[in-house]
Amino acid sequence: MAWIGELDLGTRPMPATGPMVALTIDGQSIEVPEGTSIMRAAALMGTSIPKLCATDMLESFGSCRLCLVEIDGRPGYPASCTTPVAPGMIVRTQTEKLSTLRKGVMELYISDHPLDCLTCSANGDCELQDQAGAVGLREVRYGYEGGNHLVADKDESNPYFTFDSAKCIVCSRCVRACDEVQGTIALTVDGRGFESHIAASQDEDFLSSECVSCGACVQACPTSALIEKSVIEKGTPDRAIVTTCAYCGVGCTFRAEMRGDELVRMVPWKDGKANRGHSCVKGRFAWGYANHRERILNPMIRASVDDPWREVSWDEAIAHTASEFRRIQAKYGKRSIGGITSSRCTNEETFLVQKLIRQGFGNNNVDTCARVCHSPTGYGLKTTFGTSAGTQDFDSVMQADVILLIGANPTDAHPVFASRMKRRLRPQNGKPGARLIVIDPRSIDLVRSPHVEAQHHLPLKPGTNVAVLTAMAHVIVGEGLANEAWIRERCDWDEYQDWAAFVSEPHRSPEATEALTGVPAATLRAAARLYATGGNAAIYYGLGVTEHSQGSSTVMAIANLAMATGNIGREGTGVNPLRGQNNVQGACDMGSFPHEYSGYRHVSDSATRALFETAWGVPLDSEPGLRIPNMLDAATDGSFMGLFVQGEDILQSDPNTHHVAAGLAAMECVVVQDLFLNETANYAHVFLPGSTFLEKDGTFTNAERRIQRVRKVMAPLNGQADWEIVQLVARAMGLDWSYTHPSEIMDEIARLTPSFAGVSYALLDEQGSVQWPANEKAPLGTPMMHIDGFARGKGKFVVTDYVATDEKTGPRYPLLLTTGRILSQYNVGAQTRRTDNVAWHPEDLLEIHPLDAENRGIKDGDWVYLRSRAGETTLRAAVTERVAPGVVYTTFHHPTTQANVITTDYSDWATNCPEYKVTAVQIGLSNGPSDWQEDYAEQARHSRRILVEAAE
Amino acid sequence: MSMTTDDKLVYMVNQIARNFAAMGQQEAMTATADHLLAFWEPRMKLRIRALAVERPDALTPIAAAAVARLPASAG
Ligand code: SF4
Ligand code: SF4
Ligand code: SF4
Ligand code: FES
Repeated sequence: MAWIGELDLGTRPMPATGPMVALTIDGQSIEVPEGTSIMRAAALMGTSIPKLCATDMLESFGSCRLCLVEIDGRPGYPASCTTPVAPGMIVRTQTEKLSTLRKGVMELYISDHPLDCLTCSANGDCELQDQAGAVGLREVRYGYEGGNHLVADKDESNPYFTFDSAKCIVCSRCVRACDEVQGTIALTVDGRGFESHIAASQDEDFLSSECVSCGACVQACPTSALIEKSVIEKGTPDRAIVTTCAYCGVGCTFRAEMRGDELVRMVPWKDGKANRGHSCVKGRFAWGYANHRERILNPMIRASVDDPWREVSWDEAIAHTASEFRRIQAKYGKRSIGGITSSRCTNEETFLVQKLIRQGFGNNNVDTCARVCHSPTGYGLKTTFGTSAGTQDFDSVMQADVILLIGANPTDAHPVFASRMKRRLRPQNGKPGARLIVIDPRSIDLVRSPHVEAQHHLPLKPGTNVAVLTAMAHVIVGEGLANEAWIRERCDWDEYQDWAAFVSEPHRSPEATEALTGVPAATLRAAARLYATGGNAAIYYGLGVTEHSQGSSTVMAIANLAMATGNIGREGTGVNPLRGQNNVQGACDMGSFPHEYSGYRHVSDSATRALFETAWGVPLDSEPGLRIPNMLDAATDGSFMGLFVQGEDILQSDPNTHHVAAGLAAMECVVVQDLFLNETANYAHVFLPGSTFLEKDGTFTNAERRIQRVRKVMAPLNGQADWEIVQLVARAMGLDWSYTHPSEIMDEIARLTPSFAGVSYALLDEQGSVQWPANEKAPLGTPMMHIDGFARGKGKFVVTDYVATDEKTGPRYPLLLTTGRILSQYNVGAQTRRTDNVAWHPEDLLEIHPLDAENRGIKDGDWVYLRSRAGETTLRAAVTERVAPGVVYTTFHHPTTQANVITTDYSDWATNCPEYKVTAVQIGLSNGPSDWQEDYAEQARHSRRILVEAAE
Repeated sequence: MSMTTDDKLVYMVNQIARNFAAMGQQEAMTATADHLLAFWEPRMKLRIRALAVERPDALTPIAAAAVARLPASAG
C-alpha cells in the first residue's frame, strides 16, 4: 500500500558519492547523481510522473507504460522509470500526446478492475485511484466486462493480510518485493496477458506457502489487492509517528500509522538505517499483545505466593515494595537484595533500575538477561579489542566478499538482517555474490535455499566451537595466510607469536581434531583458506557461540581469526554479534552488569566511582555484585531475600528451571514488573503492571550500537510508563529523583558516560539515529570501530585452549540437545504467543534425525519425552535431516514445554552465561505431559488467581 | 545434577583456572586471582577462601594458588 505522508520517489537512490549529472525537466534545471532515473530526478524537484509498477523500494521494471515522457532528440516516448538521466537532457513530463497515451493505458487497467472504490478498504490510499485522477481518466471505452478476474476468491489464510486477486493489476510489485527486499521468492506471476495472475508458491494459499509473512509485498502493492486486515477493519490511517521495534536486536524502525488514538498498522520506515524500509512478521504485525485481555493493568500484592493476588492502588503497591526491601535489608544486610534489568525495556529504564540498585539499595546486585545470552561477547570483545560491541553497521555487509556465519540463524532470529545478507549473497548488477561459510550443528536455511547456497557448511558437534576455530587458525598460520604486516602494525606482536605457536601445535590441526568436532578436515581447511584469502571477510555470530561453557573463549577465538587476517576496521569485514533481544546491547551499555557502570567501567575503578558518587550524592560499593545464578544460589542459602525484576521472565528463560524456582521460592519479596503474569510472577509477592513500547518514550540500542528513539504513540493503559514506576519506587525508598521526561535520563547518561557524551534526544531527532561512541571525537557517532587502531590500543591475541564441557553424553543420555528460536515467535513468547503469530508455531517441536528416531520407534508427530540429568519434559517430535545423527534440537517459546527444565547449571567459565546449547539427553515415546508439566500447570493456575471483589 | 552452592564455587574456580592454564602456571594463577577479584561478589570470595581450607584437595593447583592470593579484605 502507498505511504501516507511519505514520498515515493519511484526508483532506488544512486550513491551520492558518484559524479553529478545536470538536466532540464519541464524547463527547470536539476542536478542528480549519475544513474538516477528521470522519474526520480523529477520527483526530487516535486514533479510526480504518473506510475504504477515503479516504487523506490524496488529495481525499476518498466511494465506499466504509464510513466512515459518526451526527451528532446530522442524518438518515441521512453519510460521515465527505466531511463537514466544524461547530461544536458531536456525532458517534458506533461504534453497533450503524453496525456492521451497515459489515458489509454489507464483505461485498459480500469476496464479490468472492479469499480467499488467507495467501499474498497484502500479508498483514499490507493495508487490506482490516484493515478486515474492524475491522468484525468473520465471514461472507459472498453466497457467493464473485459475483466477476467473480477470475481476471484479472496485468500484470507494469512492472519494479518488478505489477497484479493480481483483488485490486482498484475504490476508484479509484490513479486519483486518478495524477491528483492525479502529474498524469499514465494510469489510468481502465472499465465500471460489478461490471464496472468499472482500466485503464492505452487498456487497454494499464503499461509501454507513459503511466505514468511514479512509484509513487504503488502507494502509494495499499489491497490487493495494485498492489504492489512487491520486496515480493512479500522480504515486508512491519517497520521504517523516513527518508533522502533521492541522485538529483536536488528532494531527496525517503523511508522506507527494511526487513526485517532488507534494504531492501524506498522509500516517499516524507509529512512531507518537499520532496516531501510523492511521488517519481519513480528515487528510489522505482532503488536496485538498490547491490548490482549490477559494484560494486567492494576498493581497487585499478596503476602504469600499461595494466596491469590489482591489488586491495590499504585500508592499501596509502591509503599509496600519500598518497606519490604528496607525490612529485608535491616534483617539480612545491605547486600541481601538486588534487581534485574530488562533487555526489552529502554536504555533510560534500564539505567534507572541499575541506579536504583547502586544508589538506593547501596550494592551492585544488578544483572540482566544478557547474562544468559551475550555476556561472553562483552567479556571476549572487551579483552581482545577493548569494547564490548560489534564493529560494523549492517550496511557493511554489502561490501563483504566472504561471510562467516557462526552459531547464528539469521533467517529466523534476525530476519531483516538476513534479507540484507541474502541480497549480498546473490549476484547483483554483474557483481558476483559473496561466498558463505556456515559453522553450525544444524543445516540452517541459509545453508541451502532458493538462490543462496553456502560454499562450506561445517556441521560441528555441539560444544566444539573452540576446537574448530582454533583448527582454522592452525591452517591460516600454518599455510602462511596470516596478514603479518597488519598484525605488526595493529596488534601486540609478541602476543601474536605466542598465539601462533599455540595454534600451530600438531594436535590442534583439523586432521587431529576431526574425530572430536565431526568436521571433515578437508572442509575445514577449505573454509579457513576462503576466509583468509577471499577478500573482505566478515564474521557474524549468535547465541550458538556464546551459550556454551566456553562461550567467552569462542568469542576471543573469533576475534583472533579476524585480527590474524586483518579483517577489522574496513567496510565489509569485522566481528559482529547478532544480538537477541531488542535492547541487549543497550542494557549492557547502561551498566546492567554487577561489576560495571555504564560504558563498561569497573566498579573498582575509583575515578569512575567518584564521578557517580558525586552525581548521586552517596558512597557506592566498590565490590562486584551477584550475577543472576549467584543470586539464586545465595537465595537458597538464605542470604539473598529480595528481588526486583523488570520485564524479564527468568523462570522461563534461565537454565535449570527447578533451581530458579527454588531460588525464587526462598525469597521473602519478589517484585515483578511486566505486562503479563509471566512464569516468574508465579513466585512474586508484588506485581507492578508495565507498559508496552507503544506507550512510552525512550531509546533502544540495536546490534550495530545504533541508538534509536522509541516514541509514545498512545497513553499507557496501565497508567504509568516503566521509567515512572521505577522512579516511584526510588522516591518511596528516599531517593530524590525528579525526572519529568526520559530525555532528562539520557542527559544524565551522557554526563556520566564518555561514549555517550554527545547523545541527546535533540541529536537523535535530527539524525534519526546515532551509533555510539558519540562524543567530541565523533559528534555524529561511529558506524565502524577500530579503523586506525583498537579501542584498547593494540589488539590482543588471546590463547584459547579447547576444554571439553563436563556435560557429557553416555549410555543413559546418548544424544546432544541444542536449542534455538524460530521466526514467528520471540524469546519466551510472552508477546508473540498472545498474537496471531501462533498460526505458525503453535508448539515447540523436537527435531530429531531419522536414524535416531527409527532406533527409538519414533515417527513424525509422536509425543516424546525429553530427559536430561536436570529434568524431563514432553513435546512432539519432528523427524528431519536438518540435525545430524546424535543431535536433537528444540525451541523454548512455550511455557508448557519448558525446555529449560532440561538444561543444566553448567555455564561459561568467565561469565556464567548458561550452556543452553549443549545438554546430554535421552528421548523416547511418551503418552503425554510429564509429572512436572502437570504439577507446574497446576501451580501456575493456582498462583495466578486474582481475588475478585464481591459486588454489592 | 544438582550441585550445592559450595560445589558450584569449587567447580567454577577450577573451570576458570583450567581455561587460563594454557597461559602457563604463573600467569594463569594471576589471571585466575584477578578474575575472582573482578567478577566475584564478596560472599563468594569469602566462601571460596574458606572452602580452600575445608576441602584442600578439591581445588586444582592453579585455582588453589589463586585463591590463596586473594587479600583477606576481599569479601
Ligand atoms: S509477506 Fe513477505 S514472504 Fe510473504 S509473499 Fe509477501 S513479501 Fe513474500
Ligand atoms: S497484488 Fe498488488 S502488487 Fe501484486 S501484482 Fe497485484 S496489484 Fe501489483
Ligand atoms: S523483530 Fe527484528 S527483524 Fe523483525 S521487525 Fe522487529 S527488529 Fe525488525
Ligand atoms: S512506472 Fe515506469 S513503466 Fe510503470
